[in-house]
Amino acid sequence: MQVEAGEVFGFIGPNGAGKSTTIKLLMGLIFPTAGSARILGKPITDVEMHRDIGYLPEQPYFYDYLTAAEVLDYFARFHDLTAADRKDRVQRMLKKVGLETARKIQLRKYSKGMLQRVGLAQAILHDPKVVILDEPMSGLDPVGRRELRDIILELKREGKTVMFSTHILSDAEMLCDRVGVIVGGKLRGVGAPGALVDMKTQGMEILFELTGTSTAPLLSKATRTGDRYRLQVAEEELYAAIEQLRGAGARILSVSQVKGTLEEFFMNMVEADRAQAAAVEVSGK
Amino acid sequence: MRRAGIVALNTFREAVRDRVLYSLVFFALLMMAAAILVGQISIGIEDTVIVTLGLSAISMIGLLIAVFIGVALVSKEMDKYTLYALLAKPVQRWEFLLGKFGGLVLTLAVNTAAMALGLLVVMLYVKHSLQGSDAVVLVAVYFILLKLALVVALALLFSCFTTPLLAILFTVGLYIVGLYVQELRDMPLEVMSPAMSSFTKWLSYLLPNFENFNVMAMAAHGRAVPGALILQNTLYAVVYCTIVLTAAAAVFSRRNLK
Repeated sequence: MQVEAGEVFGFIGPNGAGKSTTIKLLMGLIFPTAGSARILGKPITDVEMHRDIGYLPEQPYFYDYLTAAEVLDYFARFHDLTAADRKDRVQRMLKKVGLETARKIQLRKYSKGMLQRVGLAQAILHDPKVVILDEPMSGLDPVGRRELRDIILELKREGKTVMFSTHILSDAEMLCDRVGVIVGGKLRGVGAPGALVDMKTQGMEILFELTGTSTAPLLSKATRTGDRYRLQVAEEELYAAIEQLRGAGARILSVSQVKGTLEEFFMNMVEADRAQAAAVEVSGK
Repeated sequence: MRRAGIVALNTFREAVRDRVLYSLVFFALLMMAAAILVGQISIGIEDTVIVTLGLSAISMIGLLIAVFIGVALVSKEMDKYTLYALLAKPVQRWEFLLGKFGGLVLTLAVNTAAMALGLLVVMLYVKHSLQGSDAVVLVAVYFILLKLALVVALALLFSCFTTPLLAILFTVGLYIVGLYVQELRDMPLEVMSPAMSSFTKWLSYLLPNFENFNVMAMAAHGRAVPGALILQNTLYAVVYCTIVLTAAAAVFSRRNLK
């Protein structure tokens, strides 16, 4: 798997798939039993390379006896910044992640979402070329998630390479140039979200309203929600179906194409993995 | 080394904010009570009792801090995941360990210095004056600090590969054994089998010799500590700490974090 410079790369997979493990390997927190990895062309064992990397751990915790400003200043010291530069960067980062007013409160009083914001601030404080975020949306409220999405897009505009893990597929579809899908510790697909799924039309969906009763045969195939029905038909059967429904007194509200989603691709991978695991278990017995 | 210094200063700040220096209040209360009592129950040996009591308290309080906080230096960072963000910075694992060690030794130095000052004040109160020979008390305090640095290094080493509880047990156990190293060396080796004799001899040199740092009796009686012993103990502590910390770094640099 290769993440290109300047792209936003999503690393997606269900819980326990190996996303955090992979990221910890990249950050040198755990060691591989086999294989190798490089970041910015340097082996991951080279700690000096961390000057150009920002990392947000999953569910970050920091020294709870420090304030947000103190913890950021502490981390900034490892990047050989001058005192004036550190002060300036800490202030800018706190503002960026929305913690300006809470800067003097000890972290022991912070909520999970606020700690996540501190984590993001320390990851991008030193203006790294590569930003690796492990489940960055975790613990954030909708406003926080929106702000984080904006920050990721801003980092992309600045030419940074961003890799983040998530199991929230809509975020991956919205933000990522490419995604890698990991299931059961194995990489199952890498590519643009649109390229991973079957983008050909899988059929047509008709949304219609029907107030009275009708015996039209197609109705038995439709899904009902109140007075509204959804009916999925093949593309070549669309006009005949509309005629039949109108004949039955239905009011057509919309017609849309049915396409595959990243979620479907993802679920198919998970289902296949589970089926394989079950098969192994049965044969083992 | 600069990065180790950053970690050390933060470790010191953590200790201060975790109210480690509150132990000074306990020491102050103990010494005040001792000063009042000793004047009433001792006849002519007030200064001996005060010095012995003061040095014992400095040693005991320091040992408690060295063992319990020493073991928590690494394990707490791993349990609370604070280590993750730190090791993602350009910091080597050995620099982190050295910084943690330095930070706690700095805390102990400040704590011990403050208690030594308190002891001198109480001695002045009891004896009404201080003589040049009382400087031996400061040498005894210095030896206690060297001993504590060694205990911190051992606690750090054990916490790198075992649970906090076991690390405490190992550290305390080794400390107690280290108090009897001289007895081990004085054992009649000629009555043992050659293998056992050799093993005992090597073990006595391998184990940390904490008894060497104990000059409490000399301090209590105002007897000067030879300069050679000061040099020997300083070198011993520096070399032993270096070996233990190198072993700790070797273990920790291969450790997978959870």
